[in-house]
Amino acid sequence: MTEEKMEKKLHNKRALVTGASRGIGKEIANTLARHGADVVVNYNTSHEDASEIATSVELAGKETWVYPADIRSFQEVEEMKKSIEDNFGTIDILVNNAGINIDKFFTKMEKNDWETVLSVNLDGVFNCSKVFLDDLREAEGGRIINISSVVGQRGNLGQVNYASSKAGMIGFTKALARELVRDEVTVNAVAPGFIATDMVMNIPEKVQESIKKKIPMGRFGETKEVAEAVAFLASPSASYITGEVLKVNGGFYI
Amino acid sequence: MEKDEEQKRIEGDIEGLTSDCKRLEGLNALITGGSQGIGRRIALEFANEGADVAINDLSSQKEKANLVAQYIEGELGRDTWIAEGDVSDLDDMKKVREQVEENFGTIDILINNAGINRDSLFFKMEKEDWDKVLSVNLDGVFNTTKAFLDHVRESDQGRIINMSSVIGESGNIGQANYASSKAGMIGFTKALAREVVRDDVTVNAVAPGFVATRMVEDIPEKVKEKIIAQIPFGRFAEPREVARTVCFLASNDASYITGEVIRMNGGYYM
Ligand SMILES: NC(=O)c1ccc[n+]([C@@H]2O[C@H](COP(=O)([O-])OP(=O)(O)OC[C@H]3O[C@@H](n4cnc5c(N)ncnc54)[C@H](OP(=O)(O)O)[C@@H]3O)[C@@H](O)[C@H]2O)c1
Repeated sequence: MTEEKMEKKLHNKRALVTGASRGIGKEIANTLARHGADVVVNYNTSHEDASEIATSVELAGKETWVYPADIRSFQEVEEMKKSIEDNFGTIDILVNNAGINIDKFFTKMEKNDWETVLSVNLDGVFNCSKVFLDDLREAEGGRIINISSVVGQRGNLGQVNYASSKAGMIGFTKALARELVRDEVTVNAVAPGFIATDMVMNIPEKVQESIKKKIPMGRFGETKEVAEAVAFLASPSASYITGEVLKVNGGFYI
Repeated sequence: MEKDEEQKRIEGDIEGLTSDCKRLEGLNALITGGSQGIGRRIALEFANEGADVAINDLSSQKEKANLVAQYIEGELGRDTWIAEGDVSDLDDMKKVREQVEENFGTIDILINNAGINRDSLFFKMEKEDWDKVLSVNLDGVFNTTKAFLDHVRESDQGRIINMSSVIGESGNIGQANYASSKAGMIGFTKALAREVVRDDVTVNAVAPGFVATRMVEDIPEKVKEKIIAQIPFGRFAEPREVARTVCFLASNDASYITGEVIRMNGGYYM
């Protein structure tokens, strides 16, 4: 095989990963860099974690730009766009990963809990997709990849707000996919099951064990297993896939 | 000697192979219906990713299978074996298994790709058309999986990947038999995934839209244009795109994915 054919699958691509300071987003940033992409690391509050990721992206020999922005704010996302454009360039791959949960039974859930989760998980996707749309349209093979969740597909106790936001992302994915087809931008989602990050490790140990019993593979997923699915969808291999929701859940929801 | 068209096609395929790492190194794959079309492309991609590849097809396809094998060994430097047999015949597949065991090795990755169509409107569809399509497309999956499951179970990276179709989810005029067989494969995928999860075997399906193989090329130009008009992407899928998706599912990258159907249809069905 020739050298040229060995080139990495995301060679010459620039990606923005939201919520990349920790957990799944961090792994996605590192994985995309390993596959050859330059990566912008967005986060909200975890400055130290974010600069660590930047270092590891650079160690992979790729360029990086770190930018804190609360994706709930359209204005902050616009400012981020300007900074990225001035210092780094335009974006080919947008990974909408930033997300939070505030779990409570519906009887106890306040309007505020609903609004906060919806505004990060769903408005955040609107804001970032809207602001970076022109970049993606002009890219050759632009990609939007939304990190949804199995909870958006099957529901879960104590997660009415989270499940709604994650199901909303699936509707967003399919609708925007149809609109952007002619620009050769694909829009897809990854729906992970339970993945071993802070989000899941903060659940009481006992509850963790009972969740694991319900997962046919008998274990939580690793962040790497989600990140590689994202890298696949971002790569030229997935050029005919759009509007799709790729489940990565160890058989939890089939 | 002048190269015939078949050779040119394979060489074109090999020219277009890409890989950033040998993701399937050390693994043995069996691809049913691997002598042409999508199956052949999967065989070549797999070999390029470092897998040794057994090619199953009917004896009537022997020449084509030979040619693929020749390129896998000569150009891509991998082991190969032609496993002649009819997937619709369980006894045949059991024999194939014995031959594969003796001459090639045990199978880590099984790709149930063999499939046919016999299209006609339902009021004209004969029981024969139904039986024939179901026996190859759906019984074939049962038979092949039955014959090779022990192999796949013993592998450290056991994979079963079924080639379904968008038609199994969306339906299509004139394809009651084909659609049923392809939808059936999805049920098979999900049910078996649950059974073999404890053996660390994943079972997944790929559901492509219309793929530009010879089967589709032969459709009259006018009809082709009509179909393309219904595909948001405005083009058919390339065999490469199907094969790359299958490679992803076969690789270690997909270790937490099971019971899944990956749709790849250019926006035709979401
Ligand atoms: N873990 C799972 O089991 C699981 C399963 C399915 C889906 N998911 C989804 O995967 C995504 C990542 O989850 P995770 O488990 O990796 O979570 P995590 O470890 O809690 O990390 C969340 C990330 O999102 C960022 N973030 C939160 N609010 C933000 C805001 N307003 N603006 C910008 N960034 C913000 C955080 O940045 P700061 O630290 O700087 O605040 C952090 O980097 C989420 O969308 C989640 O819903 C997770």
